[in-house]
Amino acid sequence: MIYADNAATTRMSPRALQVMTETAAELWGNPSSLYGLGQAAQEALNDARARMAKILGAEPKEIYFTSGGSEGDNQAIRSCARLGAAKDKRHIISTAFEHHAVLHTLKRLEKEGYEVTYLPVHENGIVTAEEVKAAIRPDTCLVTIMFANNEIGTIQPVKEIGAVCRAAKVPFHTDAVQAAGHVEIDVKEMNIDLLSLSAHKFHGPRGVGALYCRTGLPLYPLIEGGAQERNRRAGTENLAGIRAMVTALEEMAAHLDENAAYVSGLRDRLIDGLSRVPHSALNGDRAHRLPGNVNFCFEGIEGESLLLLLDQAGICASSGSACTSGSLDPSHVLLAIGRPHEVAHGSLRLTLCEENTAAEVDEIVKEVPRIVEYLRGFSPIWQDLQSGRRAHML
Amino acid sequence: MALYSEKVMDHFLHPRNVGVIEDADGVGEVGNAKCGDIMKIFLKIDGGVVTDAKFSTFGCGSAIASSSMATEMIKGQPVEKVMELTNKAVVEALDGLPAYKLHCSVLAEEAVKAALKDYFDKNGIPYDPAQFPEAPSCASCEMH
Repeated sequence: MIYADNAATTRMSPRALQVMTETAAELWGNPSSLYGLGQAAQEALNDARARMAKILGAEPKEIYFTSGGSEGDNQAIRSCARLGAAKDKRHIISTAFEHHAVLHTLKRLEKEGYEVTYLPVHENGIVTAEEVKAAIRPDTCLVTIMFANNEIGTIQPVKEIGAVCRAAKVPFHTDAVQAAGHVEIDVKEMNIDLLSLSAHKFHGPRGVGALYCRTGLPLYPLIEGGAQERNRRAGTENLAGIRAMVTALEEMAAHLDENAAYVSGLRDRLIDGLSRVPHSALNGDRAHRLPGNVNFCFEGIEGESLLLLLDQAGICASSGSACTSGSLDPSHVLLAIGRPHEVAHGSLRLTLCEENTAAEVDEIVKEVPRIVEYLRGFSPIWQDLQSGRRAHML
Repeated sequence: MALYSEKVMDHFLHPRNVGVIEDADGVGEVGNAKCGDIMKIFLKIDGGVVTDAKFSTFGCGSAIASSSMATEMIKGQPVEKVMELTNKAVVEALDGLPAYKLHCSVLAEEAVKAALKDYFDKNGIPYDPAQFPEAPSCASCEMH
């Protein structure tokens, strides 16, 4: 089996898995308990927080452990919205191609009376700091823009956007779920006020993540209850998950440059190979993209049937086709970069990691064109494109 | 794969009656590229009997399987019997479809009927237009 869906989730690192089981077996006390067993767990929690902070360039007290990316996104946005409302500021700036954890939270806030500006992301899938600057108003209470897009992998000019927000004194949140562990992140250097990440995207476990919130910026809890996480996130800490997450992130951080060089080499080999399919196109900027992300549209075919046939060939991938999501609309990300519906239905996302090999990439490069050609063979759209009844879009 | 029944996967992986009939007696095309599925069905009709049926489909696994199954079900059948084909019968023959994929079976029924209507029109055969209502299944796409 060739696993090429690392943006969906990753295999846990053996070391992280070991730390997780050891922690669950040995450090099973409640960190809030006063006796030694609990205090040992508290110490391990403090240690994990300090290590996580170090990787991100933050202070330990700026790190809040969460259940994952969606929770972090929800809390960051809701908290800043509440802060804004207290000052009668109810305008938020974001982009059209955020993850649904951000978009759906913003849609909810719109219903609650907030106004949201969704900046365009252009054909290359990148928003500019100038556009953010131009959109900031006196009543803007938050800018939330993802670090790297989950579907097309494009990396945003986070540092520049952060500088613009800092100058305007507007909090800047970034959803770094796809970026953490794969590209360099330094929250101070990059002018980031809030950042959410998720462990399972960098070989950590499911159900655990972290939210960074800069000192001086108030953070309201999303989950009310006990005094854990300094009253910002109730619930007995998932210490086994937290320690495994930090272990996985440290491993990734220690090999960041070599991983990026190796994985982007595989990515480029895959992009070059798939570019030879006629009437296909790479989605998103070729240079400013995550090391492992490849996303193509193939004209005349539909993504779900492509995925099912790739699965038969032992290749795990994903698509922005409507049929894979259970909705009528194809991916909002592909529509945001200007792909027409017809073309967006025929998308394929392949996301690689350091566990993939060149031989696997070559196998994908062999199988995808074969399957695309097979499906085009009985596609009425392709027949119309070939006969000239329909004009090519790619 | 648990998403689809074995029957659906069989018809998706080994679709029956794939292709076009150049001198078809009736051709029906339904669906919309914007929605992500188009089905085109070609019929040969001789002596009031569908002697051959082929399909071309742009769509997901269940759209391809539905086309394959529908063409299998109508081959060799008299026209009056083919007129009675329902999407429900296609779904049953496929051992079910996920709820959000039922749309694909509706397209298969509509494509077969559109091909029959084409045959009736070409041959001046009278029919009740009420039997061929405008396809509602893609109405939601018109909002795009």
